[in-house]
Amino acid sequence: MRDVCVVGAGMSQWGEVWRKSFRDLFVDAARAAMANAGVDHLDSLYVGCMSGGLFVGQEHIGALMADYLGMAGIPAAHVESACASGGISFRQAFIEVGSGVSDIVMAAGVEKMTDCDGDEATAALATAADQEYEVFHGATFPGLYAMMAHAHMAKYGTTREMLTAVSVKNHFNGSMNPNAQYPFKLKAKTVDNSVMVADPLHILDCSPITDGAAAVIVCSEDVAKKTGKPYIKVKGSAVATDTIQLAQREDMTTIKSATIAAGKALEMAGIKLGDVNFAEVHDCFTIAEIMVAESIGKYKPGKAGPAFVAGESALDGVFPINPSGGLKSKGHPVGATGIAQIVEIYKQLTGQAENGRQIQGGPKVGMAQNMGGTGASSVVHILEVA
Amino acid sequence: MSMFSARNWREYPQRYRMEAVKFKKSGKTYFPPRQIDPTNGDTEFEKVDLPETGKVLTFTVIRVAPSQWGDMSPYGIAVVELTDGTRLMGQMTDVDVETIKIGMEVRTEFRRVQTEGHHGVLSYGYKFVPKWY
Repeated sequence: MRDVCVVGAGMSQWGEVWRKSFRDLFVDAARAAMANAGVDHLDSLYVGCMSGGLFVGQEHIGALMADYLGMAGIPAAHVESACASGGISFRQAFIEVGSGVSDIVMAAGVEKMTDCDGDEATAALATAADQEYEVFHGATFPGLYAMMAHAHMAKYGTTREMLTAVSVKNHFNGSMNPNAQYPFKLKAKTVDNSVMVADPLHILDCSPITDGAAAVIVCSEDVAKKTGKPYIKVKGSAVATDTIQLAQREDMTTIKSATIAAGKALEMAGIKLGDVNFAEVHDCFTIAEIMVAESIGKYKPGKAGPAFVAGESALDGVFPINPSGGLKSKGHPVGATGIAQIVEIYKQLTGQAENGRQIQGGPKVGMAQNMGGTGASSVVHILEVA
Repeated sequence: MSMFSARNWREYPQRYRMEAVKFKKSGKTYFPPRQIDPTNGDTEFEKVDLPETGKVLTFTVIRVAPSQWGDMSPYGIAVVELTDGTRLMGQMTDVDVETIKIGMEVRTEFRRVQTEGHHGVLSYGYKFVPKWY
């Protein structure tokens, strides 16, 4: 397999973007990525989207987006793995370029979540869980992660202070991200006093409902060099799956799919986790960031929470996590999230992170971990400076 | 999700009678039933009924509920391990939600689970109640 690079990245506005349609969000991100990369054509397009069908009644998304990008004719496909759809989109582009089938591929992700009411959005998101044996009984996504949180608290003594630390840190980072939906800092007591959604998770433990898109240009090193723009290399890529139902996991306090995918991606990259300088992880809920940091092997079970309270995951900590602000502050347009993680890693590794969000000391290697449902799928990528 | 009656009816053996499958080679029980044992690929199994008592492994209290369960909010929902080791998720009922705890002993009861708005299908199934209730 030949070397695969990322040479440009773009995002649309993220938030409750009432003036922009599903297709406009995609086109905004796609144009930004192509301009940033300095490329004027694509060999093919992948669009990660969890559920255009349920959120806006639109499928056939690959063709739609290629058409409105002004490129009808190119190969295009929609890929889906719930909230990990973006990560899968990036992996498909990586495989297509690595195999030599294409030289320039766009990996994009998009979700338009506010064209339906909250009840419909909750129902659409719930399709990432087992419809017949979890959702049927009244489980919601905050509820499922709340059950994981209670199990983690009971087994390891994880506390409210540790969960709150994740939210406060991500909002601090996101306050410096011009694309973030909620670019403001939060005080710990604001998180602690926010409305309880599903015990023990408060509303400020949860990522929001977001409209948004993100896109990156994945290409061969020859193409990357010709653009004259800064580029990075994709060193490892892996996906793993697990039981769809939480109840059927041997251990509900760990994300096995993240463990498997991280291990395989590191093996492919030929490096150890200690060589990775920072990570963007899937903090759909505060407990998820704690569980993922442990599941990828960065911390022993039960040790991530105390380390986060001590500041180890802060921008200036030993292992910064979610310098972008994460899903919590930046927003979580589910199909776009996995691509936005790559956007942030591209910016960090090429020294382009805005407003003081740049990790100091010249990070060389970043990891992206994107997951679907309660961890029934996980995608991990390792990216490195060229 | 729309709940057409065939979709609900198809699940009656599990929702009404808690029928599971036990695979011949591994002796493992799965609920809901599977056609293939993930541990060894075995496809030979027999139907078994699950025990009706167990304990709470983890739980939450849903305080912001989807519309089908709006009249039940706040409600408890738990992952329960039955006495044979099988695990399943379901609602807690006939219990003060503030008293639900990990390790709490429960038994199953047959209850109305949800009323689907669009087609008006009433769906029944198991829920968990405190064992002493």
